[in-house]
Amino acid sequence: MSLLEIKNLSFEAANKKILENIQLTVDEGDFLSITGPSGSGKSTLLKIIATISSKTSGEFFYNGKPIESYEPTEYRKEVSYCFQSPVLFGETVKDNLAFPYTIREMKFDETKAVEYLKTVGLPEEYLDKTINSLSGGEKQRIALIRNVLFQPKILLLDEVTSALDEENRQIIWKWLQDMRQKTKMTILMISHNEEEAALADKHIHIVTGKIVGKGGAENGFTS
Amino acid sequence: MDLQVSPITLVLSFVLVLFAMFISYKEKLGTAKEILYSVIRAVIQLVIVGYVLTYLFGLDNPIVTIGLILVISFNAAWNAHKRSNNIPNSLKISMTAIFSTIILTLSILVLSGSIEFIPSQIVPISGMICGSAMTTIGLCYRNLNALFRDQRQQVLEKLSLGATPNQASRPILRDTIKSGMQPALDSAKTIGIVTLPGMMSGLMFAGTVPMTAIMYQIMVTFMVVATSSISSYIASFLAYRSFFNDRQQFLA
Ligand SMILES: Nc1ncnc2c1ncn2[C@@H]1O[C@H](COP(=O)(O)OP(=O)(O)OP(=O)(O)O)[C@@H](O)[C@H]1O
Ligand SMILES: [Mg+2]
Repeated sequence: MSLLEIKNLSFEAANKKILENIQLTVDEGDFLSITGPSGSGKSTLLKIIATISSKTSGEFFYNGKPIESYEPTEYRKEVSYCFQSPVLFGETVKDNLAFPYTIREMKFDETKAVEYLKTVGLPEEYLDKTINSLSGGEKQRIALIRNVLFQPKILLLDEVTSALDEENRQIIWKWLQDMRQKTKMTILMISHNEEEAALADKHIHIVTGKIVGKGGAENGFTS
Repeated sequence: MDLQVSPITLVLSFVLVLFAMFISYKEKLGTAKEILYSVIRAVIQLVIVGYVLTYLFGLDNPIVTIGLILVISFNAAWNAHKRSNNIPNSLKISMTAIFSTIILTLSILVLSGSIEFIPSQIVPISGMICGSAMTTIGLCYRNLNALFRDQRQQVLEKLSLGATPNQASRPILRDTIKSGMQPALDSAKTIGIVTLPGMMSGLMFAGTVPMTAIMYQIMVTFMVVATSSISSYIASFLAYRSFFNDRQQFLA
Protein backbone atom coordinates (compact mmCIF):
# COMPACT_ATOMS: atom_id res chain seq x y z
CA MET A 1 0.00 0.00 0.00
CA SER A 2 1.32 3.41 -0.95
CA LEU A 3 1.60 6.23 1.52
CA LEU A 4 -0.07 8.71 -0.81
CA GLU A 5 -2.25 7.77 -3.71
CA ILE A 6 -3.73 10.41 -5.97
CA LYS A 7 -6.05 9.43 -8.80
CA ASN A 8 -7.59 11.69 -11.43
CA LEU A 9 -7.27 14.68 -9.17
CA SER A 10 -8.40 18.04 -10.54
CA PHE A 11 -8.61 21.47 -9.04
CA GLU A 12 -10.59 24.39 -10.34
CA ALA A 13 -10.71 27.94 -9.03
CA ALA A 14 -12.49 30.95 -10.48
CA ASN A 15 -13.71 28.79 -13.39
CA LYS A 16 -10.16 27.94 -14.33
CA LYS A 17 -8.72 24.45 -14.40
CA ILE A 18 -5.54 24.70 -12.38
CA LEU A 19 -4.79 20.99 -11.98
CA GLU A 20 -6.08 18.33 -14.35
CA ASN A 21 -6.19 14.57 -13.89
CA ILE A 22 -3.19 14.29 -11.64
CA GLN A 23 -2.05 10.69 -11.00
CA LEU A 24 0.58 10.24 -8.37
CA THR A 25 1.70 7.59 -5.91
CA VAL A 26 4.25 8.21 -3.22
CA ASP A 27 5.72 5.42 -1.13
CA GLU A 28 7.16 5.67 2.31
CA GLY A 29 10.71 7.03 2.23
CA ASP A 30 10.38 8.53 -1.25
CA PHE A 31 12.13 11.77 -2.07
CA LEU A 32 10.17 13.29 -4.91
CA SER A 33 11.04 16.50 -6.68
CA ILE A 34 8.44 18.53 -8.54
CA THR A 35 9.47 20.89 -11.29
CA GLY A 36 7.59 22.97 -13.82
CA PRO A 37 7.17 26.53 -15.07
CA SER A 38 5.83 29.30 -12.88
CA GLY A 39 2.05 29.15 -12.55
CA SER A 40 1.85 25.50 -13.62
CA GLY A 41 0.13 24.40 -10.40
CA LYS A 42 2.99 23.00 -8.30
CA SER A 43 2.16 24.87 -5.11
CA THR A 44 -1.53 24.17 -5.63
CA LEU A 45 -0.78 20.44 -5.69
CA LEU A 46 1.23 20.55 -2.47
CA LYS A 47 -1.42 22.69 -0.76
CA ILE A 48 -4.05 20.11 -1.66
CA ILE A 49 -1.83 17.35 -0.30
CA ALA A 50 -1.39 19.46 2.84
CA THR A 51 -5.19 19.93 3.02
CA ILE A 52 -4.74 23.70 3.03
CA SER A 53 -7.20 23.57 0.14
CA SER A 54 -9.38 20.79 -1.23
CA LYS A 55 -9.46 19.09 -4.59
CA THR A 56 -12.42 19.77 -6.85
CA SER A 57 -12.64 16.16 -8.05
CA GLY A 58 -10.76 12.91 -8.10
CA GLU A 59 -9.48 10.66 -5.35
CA PHE A 60 -6.82 11.17 -2.73
CA PHE A 61 -5.81 8.45 -0.28
CA TYR A 62 -3.42 8.62 2.64
CA ASN A 63 -2.38 5.26 4.09
CA GLY A 64 -5.12 3.67 1.99
CA LYS A 65 -7.92 5.77 3.46
CA PRO A 66 -9.67 8.70 1.76
CA ILE A 67 -8.34 12.03 2.92
CA GLU A 68 -11.80 13.11 4.09
CA SER A 69 -11.71 10.41 6.76
CA TYR A 70 -8.86 12.12 8.61
CA GLU A 71 -9.18 14.80 11.24
CA PRO A 72 -7.48 17.71 9.41
CA THR A 73 -5.39 18.91 12.36
CA GLU A 74 -4.06 15.44 13.08
CA TYR A 75 -3.29 14.85 9.42
CA ARG A 76 -1.43 18.16 9.13
CA LYS A 77 0.77 17.20 12.03
CA GLU A 78 1.85 14.17 9.99
CA VAL A 79 1.97 15.86 6.60
CA SER A 80 3.72 19.16 7.10
CA TYR A 81 3.78 21.89 4.45
CA CYS A 82 6.42 24.59 4.38
CA PHE A 83 5.23 27.60 2.37
CA GLN A 84 6.97 29.10 -0.62
CA SER A 85 7.56 32.38 1.22
CA PRO A 86 6.97 31.57 4.86
CA VAL A 87 6.33 34.26 7.45
CA LEU A 88 7.22 33.98 11.08
CA PHE A 89 4.66 34.93 13.71
CA GLY A 90 4.77 36.30 17.24
CA GLU A 91 7.75 38.37 18.31
CA THR A 92 10.76 36.13 18.71
CA VAL A 93 12.25 33.00 17.18
CA LYS A 94 11.20 31.20 20.35
CA ASP A 95 7.53 32.06 19.76
CA ASN A 96 7.80 30.22 16.45
CA LEU A 97 9.65 27.17 17.69
CA ALA A 98 7.41 26.84 20.74
CA PHE A 99 4.26 26.89 18.62
CA PRO A 100 4.32 23.20 17.62
CA TYR A 101 4.53 22.41 21.36
CA THR A 102 1.75 24.84 22.28
CA ILE A 103 -0.72 23.27 19.88
CA ARG A 104 0.09 19.82 21.30
CA GLU A 105 -0.31 21.20 24.81
CA MET A 106 3.27 20.24 25.59
CA LYS A 107 6.07 22.04 27.34
CA PHE A 108 8.56 23.68 24.99
CA ASP A 109 11.70 21.56 24.65
CA GLU A 110 14.33 24.26 24.49
CA THR A 111 17.27 21.84 24.29
CA LYS A 112 15.84 20.19 21.22
CA ALA A 113 15.07 23.53 19.57
CA VAL A 114 18.62 24.73 20.16
CA GLU A 115 19.98 21.51 18.74
CA TYR A 116 17.95 22.05 15.56
CA LEU A 117 19.06 25.68 15.35
CA LYS A 118 22.68 24.55 15.51
CA THR A 119 22.27 21.95 12.77
CA VAL A 120 21.18 24.71 10.38
CA GLY A 121 24.06 26.92 11.48
CA LEU A 122 22.30 29.22 13.93
CA PRO A 123 23.70 29.69 17.46
CA GLU A 124 21.66 29.36 20.63
CA GLU A 125 21.24 33.14 21.04
CA TYR A 126 18.90 33.11 18.06
CA LEU A 127 16.14 31.77 20.25
CA ASP A 128 15.54 35.22 21.71
CA LYS A 129 16.09 37.21 18.54
CA THR A 130 13.13 39.23 17.29
CA ILE A 131 11.76 37.98 13.99
CA ASN A 132 12.21 41.36 12.33
CA SER A 133 15.95 41.26 12.90
CA LEU A 134 16.42 38.07 10.86
CA SER A 135 17.67 37.76 7.30
CA GLY A 136 15.56 36.00 4.66
CA GLY A 137 17.73 32.90 4.82
CA GLU A 138 17.50 32.74 8.60
CA LYS A 139 13.72 33.10 8.50
CA GLN A 140 13.51 30.29 5.97
CA ARG A 141 15.61 27.98 8.15
CA ILE A 142 13.55 28.75 11.24
CA ALA A 143 10.32 28.15 9.35
CA LEU A 144 11.70 24.76 8.33
CA ILE A 145 12.58 23.85 11.90
CA ARG A 146 8.97 24.62 12.85
CA ASN A 147 7.88 21.91 10.42
CA VAL A 148 10.23 19.19 11.65
CA LEU A 149 10.51 19.66 15.43
CA PHE A 150 7.91 16.93 15.63
CA GLN A 151 9.05 14.69 12.85
CA PRO A 152 6.34 14.54 10.19
CA LYS A 153 5.70 11.44 8.07
CA ILE A 154 5.73 13.58 4.95
CA LEU A 155 7.51 16.88 4.55
CA LEU A 156 6.21 19.11 1.76
CA LEU A 157 8.74 21.71 0.69
CA ASP A 158 7.72 24.56 -1.59
CA GLU A 159 10.80 26.14 -3.15
CA VAL A 160 12.34 26.52 0.27
CA THR A 161 15.74 27.47 -1.10
CA SER A 162 14.73 29.72 -3.98
CA ALA A 163 15.34 32.96 -2.09
CA LEU A 164 18.59 31.78 -0.56
CA ASP A 165 22.21 32.27 -1.53
CA GLU A 166 24.49 29.36 -2.35
CA GLU A 167 25.76 29.02 1.21
CA ASN A 168 22.30 28.87 2.79
CA ARG A 169 21.12 26.52 0.09
CA GLN A 170 23.99 24.12 0.78
CA ILE A 171 23.20 24.21 4.52
CA ILE A 172 19.62 23.22 3.87
CA TRP A 173 20.48 20.53 1.33
CA LYS A 174 22.92 18.93 3.70
CA TRP A 175 20.38 19.11 6.47
CA LEU A 176 17.72 17.44 4.35
CA GLN A 177 20.10 14.65 3.37
CA ASP A 178 21.09 14.06 6.98
CA MET A 179 17.51 14.02 8.13
CA ARG A 180 16.53 11.55 5.45
CA GLN A 181 19.38 9.23 6.33
CA LYS A 182 18.41 9.31 9.97
CA THR A 183 14.65 9.13 9.68
CA LYS A 184 13.35 7.72 6.41
CA MET A 185 11.14 10.79 6.20
CA THR A 186 9.17 11.09 2.96
CA ILE A 187 9.82 14.36 1.16
CA LEU A 188 7.99 16.09 -1.69
CA MET A 189 9.94 19.10 -2.86
CA ILE A 190 9.12 21.75 -5.42
CA SER A 191 12.24 23.14 -6.98
CA HIS A 192 13.31 25.49 -9.73
CA ASN A 193 16.90 24.43 -9.34
CA GLU A 194 18.15 21.45 -11.35
CA GLU A 195 20.95 20.61 -9.00
CA GLU A 196 18.47 20.59 -6.15
CA ALA A 197 15.88 18.50 -7.99
CA ALA A 198 18.61 15.97 -8.67
CA LEU A 199 18.94 15.31 -4.93
CA ALA A 200 15.62 13.50 -5.11
CA ASP A 201 15.19 9.95 -6.29
CA LYS A 202 11.90 10.50 -8.13
CA HIS A 203 10.76 13.40 -10.27
CA ILE A 204 7.60 14.77 -11.75
CA HIS A 205 7.31 17.67 -14.15
CA ILE A 206 4.12 19.71 -14.28
CA VAL A 207 3.07 21.98 -17.14
CA THR A 208 -0.23 23.91 -17.09
CA GLY A 209 -1.74 21.70 -14.45
CA LYS A 210 -0.81 18.34 -15.95
CA ILE A 211 1.97 15.94 -15.10
CA VAL A 212 3.89 15.67 -18.37
CA GLY A 213 6.87 13.68 -17.17
CA LYS A 214 7.74 11.19 -14.48
CA GLY A 215 10.96 9.52 -13.65
CA GLY A 216 12.89 7.58 -11.08
CA ALA A 217 16.60 7.73 -10.36
CA GLU A 218 17.17 4.42 -12.05
CA ASN A 219 15.19 4.83 -15.28
CA GLY A 220 15.92 8.50 -15.84
CA PHE A 221 13.45 11.15 -16.81
CA THR A 222 10.70 10.42 -19.30
CA SER A 223 8.56 13.02 -20.98
CA MET B 1 -35.53 73.54 38.98
CA ASP B 2 -38.16 73.63 36.26
CA LEU B 3 -37.43 72.36 32.81
CA GLN B 4 -37.25 75.34 30.53
CA VAL B 5 -37.28 73.50 27.26
CA SER B 6 -40.46 73.90 25.23
CA PRO B 7 -41.38 73.77 21.55
CA ILE B 8 -40.67 77.51 21.31
CA THR B 9 -37.25 77.31 22.91
CA LEU B 10 -36.47 74.42 20.58
CA VAL B 11 -37.33 76.45 17.52
CA LEU B 12 -35.03 79.19 18.77
CA SER B 13 -32.20 76.74 19.49
CA PHE B 14 -32.48 75.62 15.88
CA VAL B 15 -30.04 78.50 15.34
CA LEU B 16 -27.38 75.99 16.41
CA VAL B 17 -28.14 73.85 13.39
CA LEU B 18 -27.92 76.92 11.17
CA PHE B 19 -24.31 77.30 12.30
CA ALA B 20 -23.55 73.83 11.07
CA MET B 21 -25.27 74.53 7.77
CA PHE B 22 -23.48 77.83 7.39
CA ILE B 23 -20.08 76.15 7.82
CA SER B 24 -21.02 73.49 5.31
CA TYR B 25 -22.19 76.12 2.82
CA LYS B 26 -19.18 78.37 3.25
CA GLU B 27 -16.62 75.57 2.97
CA LYS B 28 -18.57 73.92 0.13
CA LEU B 29 -18.73 70.66 2.06
CA GLY B 30 -21.92 69.78 0.22
CA THR B 31 -23.45 68.50 3.45
CA ALA B 32 -25.97 71.29 4.16
CA LYS B 33 -28.84 69.20 2.85
CA GLU B 34 -27.67 66.17 4.76
CA ILE B 35 -27.44 68.17 7.99
CA LEU B 36 -30.97 69.44 7.54
CA TYR B 37 -32.22 65.99 6.61
CA SER B 38 -30.60 64.23 9.55
CA VAL B 39 -31.76 66.83 12.05
CA ILE B 40 -35.33 66.73 10.78
CA ARG B 41 -35.24 62.96 10.79
CA ALA B 42 -34.01 62.94 14.38
CA VAL B 43 -36.81 65.33 15.41
CA ILE B 44 -39.49 63.23 13.75
CA GLN B 45 -38.15 59.96 15.17
CA LEU B 46 -37.88 61.39 18.67
CA VAL B 47 -41.37 62.89 18.63
CA ILE B 48 -42.88 59.60 17.50
CA VAL B 49 -40.88 57.64 20.07
CA GLY B 50 -41.95 60.14 22.72
CA TYR B 51 -45.63 59.49 22.02
CA VAL B 52 -45.19 55.74 21.68
CA LEU B 53 -43.25 55.47 24.93
CA THR B 54 -45.72 57.62 26.83
CA TYR B 55 -48.45 55.27 25.70
CA LEU B 56 -46.50 52.06 26.42
CA PHE B 57 -45.19 53.21 29.79
CA GLY B 58 -48.80 53.96 30.69
CA LEU B 59 -49.78 50.37 29.89
CA ASP B 60 -47.15 49.02 32.30
CA ASN B 61 -47.70 45.51 30.99
CA PRO B 62 -44.81 43.02 31.43
CA ILE B 63 -45.49 41.39 28.08
CA VAL B 64 -45.40 44.73 26.33
CA THR B 65 -42.17 45.55 28.17
CA ILE B 66 -40.56 42.30 27.09
CA GLY B 67 -41.83 42.92 23.56
CA LEU B 68 -40.11 46.31 23.61
CA ILE B 69 -36.85 44.77 24.81
CA LEU B 70 -37.06 42.26 21.95
CA VAL B 71 -37.65 44.99 19.39
CA ILE B 72 -34.73 47.03 20.67
CA SER B 73 -32.47 43.97 20.77
CA PHE B 74 -33.41 42.88 17.29
CA ASN B 75 -32.77 46.35 15.89
CA ALA B 76 -29.38 46.42 17.53
CA ALA B 77 -28.54 42.95 16.23
CA TRP B 78 -29.67 43.93 12.74
CA ASN B 79 -27.46 47.01 12.74
CA ALA B 80 -24.46 45.12 14.07
CA HIS B 81 -25.05 42.49 11.39
CA LYS B 82 -25.02 45.14 8.68
CA ARG B 83 -21.56 46.23 9.82
CA SER B 84 -20.16 42.72 9.43
CA ASN B 85 -19.15 43.09 5.80
CA ASN B 86 -20.57 39.70 4.85
CA ILE B 87 -19.24 37.55 7.66
CA PRO B 88 -21.39 34.42 7.26
CA ASN B 89 -24.05 33.95 9.97
CA SER B 90 -23.47 37.45 11.30
CA LEU B 91 -27.17 38.03 12.03
CA LYS B 92 -27.41 34.87 14.10
CA ILE B 93 -24.15 35.71 15.85
CA SER B 94 -25.25 39.29 16.57
CA MET B 95 -28.57 38.10 17.96
CA THR B 96 -26.94 35.50 20.17
CA ALA B 97 -24.44 38.01 21.51
CA ILE B 98 -27.00 40.74 22.13
CA PHE B 99 -29.65 38.50 23.65
CA SER B 100 -27.15 36.85 26.01
CA THR B 101 -25.77 40.22 27.01
CA ILE B 102 -29.11 41.80 27.69
CA ILE B 103 -30.52 38.82 29.60
CA LEU B 104 -27.44 38.59 31.79
CA THR B 105 -27.13 42.32 32.43
CA LEU B 106 -30.81 43.02 33.03
CA SER B 107 -31.11 40.04 35.37
CA ILE B 108 -28.28 41.28 37.54
CA LEU B 109 -29.60 44.84 37.60
CA VAL B 110 -33.14 43.77 38.46
CA LEU B 111 -32.12 41.09 40.97
CA SER B 112 -29.73 43.44 42.74
CA GLY B 113 -32.58 45.91 43.03
CA SER B 114 -30.71 48.60 41.09
CA ILE B 115 -33.65 48.97 38.76
CA GLU B 116 -37.26 47.88 38.83
CA PHE B 117 -39.00 45.84 36.21
CA ILE B 118 -41.15 48.74 35.04
CA PRO B 119 -41.06 50.04 31.49
CA SER B 120 -39.82 53.51 32.36
CA GLN B 121 -36.65 51.96 33.82
CA ILE B 122 -36.24 48.79 31.80
CA VAL B 123 -36.71 50.35 28.39
CA PRO B 124 -34.09 53.13 28.60
CA ILE B 125 -31.61 50.77 30.25
CA SER B 126 -32.18 48.14 27.54
CA GLY B 127 -31.57 50.85 24.98
CA MET B 128 -28.23 51.68 26.57
CA ILE B 129 -27.20 48.02 26.82
CA CYS B 130 -28.16 47.29 23.23
CA GLY B 131 -26.56 50.45 21.93
CA SER B 132 -23.29 49.64 23.61
CA ALA B 133 -23.41 45.98 22.54
CA MET B 134 -24.20 47.01 18.97
CA THR B 135 -21.20 49.34 18.76
CA THR B 136 -18.97 46.72 20.36
CA ILE B 137 -20.06 43.91 18.05
CA GLY B 138 -19.71 46.13 14.98
CA LEU B 139 -16.16 46.94 16.06
CA CYS B 140 -15.38 43.28 16.60
CA TYR B 141 -16.55 42.41 13.09
CA ARG B 142 -14.46 45.19 11.61
CA ASN B 143 -11.38 44.05 13.49
CA LEU B 144 -11.84 40.39 12.67
CA ASN B 145 -12.11 41.24 8.98
CA ALA B 146 -9.06 43.49 9.08
CA LEU B 147 -6.89 41.15 11.16
CA PHE B 148 -7.74 38.01 9.23
CA ARG B 149 -6.91 39.89 6.04
CA ASP B 150 -3.60 41.26 7.34
CA GLN B 151 -2.51 38.07 9.05
CA ARG B 152 -3.76 35.66 6.42
CA GLN B 153 -0.37 34.06 5.80
CA GLN B 154 0.29 33.56 9.52
CA VAL B 155 -3.05 31.85 9.96
CA LEU B 156 -2.27 29.55 7.03
CA GLU B 157 1.16 28.72 8.43
CA LYS B 158 -0.33 27.82 11.78
CA LEU B 159 -2.98 25.61 10.22
CA SER B 160 -0.36 23.86 8.13
CA LEU B 161 1.56 23.09 11.33
CA GLY B 162 -1.54 21.32 12.62
CA ALA B 163 -3.15 24.10 14.66
CA THR B 164 -6.91 24.11 15.06
CA PRO B 165 -8.71 27.20 13.73
CA ASN B 166 -9.00 28.34 17.32
CA GLN B 167 -5.27 27.96 17.96
CA ALA B 168 -4.48 29.67 14.67
CA SER B 169 -6.74 32.60 15.53
CA ARG B 170 -5.72 33.16 19.16
CA PRO B 171 -3.80 36.45 18.77
CA ILE B 172 -6.47 37.76 16.42
CA LEU B 173 -9.23 36.84 18.85
CA ARG B 174 -7.40 38.41 21.74
CA ASP B 175 -6.87 41.68 19.86
CA THR B 176 -10.46 41.71 18.65
CA ILE B 177 -12.01 41.18 22.07
CA LYS B 178 -9.73 43.83 23.54
CA SER B 179 -10.50 46.37 20.85
CA GLY B 180 -14.22 45.74 21.20
CA MET B 181 -14.05 46.65 24.88
CA GLN B 182 -11.76 49.61 24.42
CA PRO B 183 -14.33 52.38 23.79
CA ALA B 184 -16.23 51.43 26.95
CA LEU B 185 -13.03 51.43 29.00
CA ASP B 186 -11.86 54.72 27.50
CA SER B 187 -15.11 56.43 28.25
CA ALA B 188 -15.11 55.01 31.80
CA LYS B 189 -11.69 56.62 32.29
CA THR B 190 -12.75 60.08 31.18
CA ILE B 191 -16.21 60.05 32.69
CA GLY B 192 -16.86 63.12 34.82
CA ILE B 193 -13.55 64.66 33.74
CA VAL B 194 -14.19 65.18 30.07
CA THR B 195 -17.72 63.97 29.59
CA LEU B 196 -20.82 64.25 31.66
CA PRO B 197 -22.82 61.39 30.27
CA GLY B 198 -26.31 61.90 28.92
CA MET B 199 -28.15 60.00 31.59
CA MET B 200 -26.49 61.81 34.48
CA SER B 201 -26.90 65.21 32.86
CA GLY B 202 -30.50 64.39 32.06
CA LEU B 203 -31.29 63.45 35.65
CA MET B 204 -29.62 66.58 37.02
CA PHE B 205 -31.34 68.69 34.42
CA ALA B 206 -34.66 67.30 35.52
CA GLY B 207 -33.82 68.26 39.08
CA THR B 208 -32.45 65.07 40.67
CA VAL B 209 -29.86 65.55 43.39
CA PRO B 210 -26.37 65.16 41.90
CA MET B 211 -25.49 62.28 44.24
CA THR B 212 -28.46 60.21 43.09
CA ALA B 213 -27.71 61.03 39.47
CA ILE B 214 -24.11 60.02 40.03
CA MET B 215 -25.03 56.72 41.62
CA TYR B 216 -27.14 55.91 38.60
CA GLN B 217 -24.26 56.85 36.40
CA ILE B 218 -21.94 54.54 38.35
CA MET B 219 -24.40 51.74 37.74
CA VAL B 220 -24.54 52.60 34.05
CA THR B 221 -20.74 52.57 33.88
CA PHE B 222 -20.58 49.10 35.42
CA MET B 223 -23.26 48.03 33.03
CA VAL B 224 -21.54 49.38 29.92
CA VAL B 225 -18.18 47.87 30.85
CA ALA B 226 -19.84 44.49 31.43
CA THR B 227 -21.98 44.76 28.31
CA SER B 228 -19.09 45.51 26.04
CA SER B 229 -16.94 42.73 27.49
CA ILE B 230 -19.67 40.12 27.27
CA SER B 231 -20.83 41.04 23.79
CA SER B 232 -17.29 41.42 22.52
CA TYR B 233 -16.37 37.99 23.88
CA ILE B 234 -19.41 36.19 22.55
CA ALA B 235 -19.43 37.84 19.13
CA SER B 236 -15.70 37.32 18.53
CA PHE B 237 -15.77 33.69 19.59
CA LEU B 238 -18.76 32.92 17.42
CA ALA B 239 -17.64 34.96 14.42
CA TYR B 240 -14.03 33.78 14.01
CA ARG B 241 -15.40 30.34 13.14
CA SER B 242 -17.01 31.78 10.02
CA PHE B 243 -13.56 32.37 8.55
CA PHE B 244 -12.97 28.61 8.39
CA ASN B 245 -14.88 25.72 6.83
CA ASP B 246 -15.63 22.38 8.43
CA ARG B 247 -12.47 20.91 6.89
CA GLN B 248 -10.62 23.42 9.09
CA GLN B 249 -9.49 25.37 6.05
CA PHE B 250 -9.10 29.13 6.02
CA LEU B 251 -11.62 30.72 3.69
CA ALA B 252 -10.20 34.19 3.04
N1 LIG C 1 -7.50 29.86 -5.20
C1 LIG C 1 -7.13 30.24 -6.44
N2 LIG C 1 -7.97 31.03 -7.17
C2 LIG C 1 -7.63 31.42 -8.41
N3 LIG C 1 -6.48 31.08 -9.01
C3 LIG C 1 -5.62 30.32 -8.34
C4 LIG C 1 -5.90 29.87 -7.01
N4 LIG C 1 -4.85 29.12 -6.60
C5 LIG C 1 -3.97 29.11 -7.61
N5 LIG C 1 -4.42 29.83 -8.65
C6 LIG C 1 -3.76 29.99 -9.95
O1 LIG C 1 -3.29 28.73 -10.34
C7 LIG C 1 -2.08 28.81 -11.04
C8 LIG C 1 -1.05 27.90 -10.40
O2 LIG C 1 -0.65 28.44 -9.15
P1 LIG C 1 0.52 27.78 -8.30
O3 LIG C 1 0.78 28.67 -7.15
O4 LIG C 1 0.16 26.39 -8.01
O5 LIG C 1 1.72 27.83 -9.31
P2 LIG C 1 3.22 27.34 -9.13
O6 LIG C 1 3.43 26.25 -10.11
O7 LIG C 1 3.50 27.05 -7.71
O8 LIG C 1 4.03 28.62 -9.60
P3 LIG C 1 5.39 29.27 -9.00
O9 LIG C 1 6.51 28.44 -9.56
O10 LIG C 1 5.39 30.64 -9.56
O11 LIG C 1 5.29 29.23 -7.53
C9 LIG C 1 -1.70 30.28 -11.03
O12 LIG C 1 -2.08 30.83 -12.26
C10 LIG C 1 -2.52 30.85 -9.91
O13 LIG C 1 -2.80 32.20 -10.15
MG1 LIG D 1 4.58 27.91 -6.21
